[in-house]
Amino acid sequence: MSQVIFIKGLMLGIALAFILPILLPPGRPWRVPGGIVLGLATGLILAALIPGGYLSYVISFLIMASIYGLLSLGLNTQWGYTGHLNFGVAGFFAVGAFTSALMTIEAPTGVAAQYTQVLFGLEMPFLVGVATAAVVSGVVALIVAVPVLRLRMDFLAIATIGVAEIIRLIFQNERWLANGPQPLRGIPQPARCLFESEGCAWLPEGMAWIIEPLTTRDYSAFYLIVVAAFLALLYLIIERACRSPWGRMLRAVRDDEASAAMNGKHVTYARVQSFVVGAVVMGIAGALYAHYTVAIDYSHFHALFATFIVWIMLMLGGSGNHRGAILGAIIIWAVWSGTSFIASGLEPVLAAIHEELPGRAQYIRWLLVSLLLAGIVLFRPQGVLREEMRVSNYLRKDGGSRDG
Amino acid sequence: MTGTSPENNSNNATASASPLLEVRNLTLDFGGLRALNGASLQVRQGTITGLIGPNGAGKTSLFNVVAGYFAPNAGRVLVDGEDITALPPHRIFERGICRTFQIPREHASMSVLENLMLVPTGQSGEGFFASLFRGGRVRAEEQAHREHAEQVLEFLNLSHLAHEYARNLSGGQKKLLELARTLMAEPKLVLLDEPGAGVNPTLMERLRENIERLNQERGITFLIIEHDMDLIMRLCNPVIVMSEGRHLMEGPPEAVRNDKRVLEAYLGGQYAAAEG
Repeated sequence: MSQVIFIKGLMLGIALAFILPILLPPGRPWRVPGGIVLGLATGLILAALIPGGYLSYVISFLIMASIYGLLSLGLNTQWGYTGHLNFGVAGFFAVGAFTSALMTIEAPTGVAAQYTQVLFGLEMPFLVGVATAAVVSGVVALIVAVPVLRLRMDFLAIATIGVAEIIRLIFQNERWLANGPQPLRGIPQPARCLFESEGCAWLPEGMAWIIEPLTTRDYSAFYLIVVAAFLALLYLIIERACRSPWGRMLRAVRDDEASAAMNGKHVTYARVQSFVVGAVVMGIAGALYAHYTVAIDYSHFHALFATFIVWIMLMLGGSGNHRGAILGAIIIWAVWSGTSFIASGLEPVLAAIHEELPGRAQYIRWLLVSLLLAGIVLFRPQGVLREEMRVSNYLRKDGGSRDG
Repeated sequence: MTGTSPENNSNNATASASPLLEVRNLTLDFGGLRALNGASLQVRQGTITGLIGPNGAGKTSLFNVVAGYFAPNAGRVLVDGEDITALPPHRIFERGICRTFQIPREHASMSVLENLMLVPTGQSGEGFFASLFRGGRVRAEEQAHREHAEQVLEFLNLSHLAHEYARNLSGGQKKLLELARTLMAEPKLVLLDEPGAGVNPTLMERLRENIERLNQERGITFLIIEHDMDLIMRLCNPVIVMSEGRHLMEGPPEAVRNDKRVLEAYLGGQYAAAEG
């Protein structure tokens, strides 16, 4: 095994060591150590067995799956726990992405400024960009929540999809804000210098040889670690908050608002809180997406890719179960990516039917995904991992409690 | 139907003269429908007060206004002399006033135990950041609330259902669960909306005993809407009669039963005359 393959395998392994403990069954002492060992081993084995091109595919697949996992996690806080029918996931995703981009890019000067207009470019570090994205997304959610959360269910869905479209159209049309309909390019990536020939200034001399053989093409393996670490951290935070009296209050509001109010709960406050917390997670997902793709524009934030596919992920994984939300994101993203091969494979057949059909083959993917959604709703409405009866983890200790 | 009210109730009724709950001239309109039309009544400390009246008399509307679910168009609600009119429901709950619903509204997806553990106010774990960073404190509170909930379940003979989904309970058990939830709050005044409706006679007897025990042992005041006259006669003193959105009369159960106006309200004038 060459040094390059070993290091790539190790990076993949570290990322999997963040993701796998989430997916293993909770309440077992071996969950975390087992997940870490399994993750590292899987990463190294994958790197050793499959050729470099496919390995890069696996890595980029996992990055997008993890970003969708975050969106699904945020949506689960809103829908799974509180019953907000939020069809505006794309809006908060976009706000997070553009905020972090503006915080970290270099404001163009001279001739470039004629082609790229931005409100500001602060050249802040990556983590500051992500943190700002979280805050701004949360603030936008708070502002939106005041009028919109008076609505329930389908009316809320209509209002939130409207909000998301407004946000997308602002980024499409307001040139001064984030370069209008043109892509916003040059979003910096954290620690990318590690993979460039000059190396990073802050890296100690003695360490440089380890990553020296790696090139910028291998950067995504490192970025996967960053995304996976965020996924694990936010999962821990959201799971801890939701499996406590806070989550119980949200679920009480979801089950019956009037009764929750008569039990002394401040229903409006609870609803706004969960909406904002979910939006913060979505904003962070947006920031991670912006730094991954390097160039973003309004077209990345269509409802189809940034809202409805997230809903399918949550429905499949199991709304009300954070582990299920992340599992659903991975499964649906695998299906979505897999159907791309099916669609390509079908092209000769379609060409035989009509010459124009192969060009439209990719639409078959949406057909397949919607069939899957229909299947979920018909045969497994509770999702792969169903919601547990016990809300508060503080009740876990004794054998008396039975999980649903 | 015995027609005699339990002795202790009359004792309690005379023990304290100050009204715990006072409702003055409440008016509540739903569009063109006037649900409450200048309703005034008083509930004295330590009593089990019955609230009866024909359908549409405004009994449940009165509960909804007192509990803060609807803001009245006019009138005031006072508890211990303090004005609580149109406060939001959770504020009124904090003043020690609990209501139950005619049709039980349990939190279906949670266990019976957590339905009860939900109730105590001021749980620090209900803050997002406290739930993240104050684990030790939340754990201690959860332990205390759990013990309290288990005591309440034991008191109502529901312990065997603690880890059952609330939605799986029978209608009568859900009524008991509603009562259990009010007990989690250590209330001063409990508003029960038809606790006996749809409950089989055995459970009904348990319900009645429990209400009496709570009144005697813990001094909780009850205001009960009920159509089951047997339950009203045996449990409540005084009984308040409402009709057409206002207070019609009140008195001990026997007096109410023999009052001509009450008969009229229930049956309409001409039938009452025929009966009399």
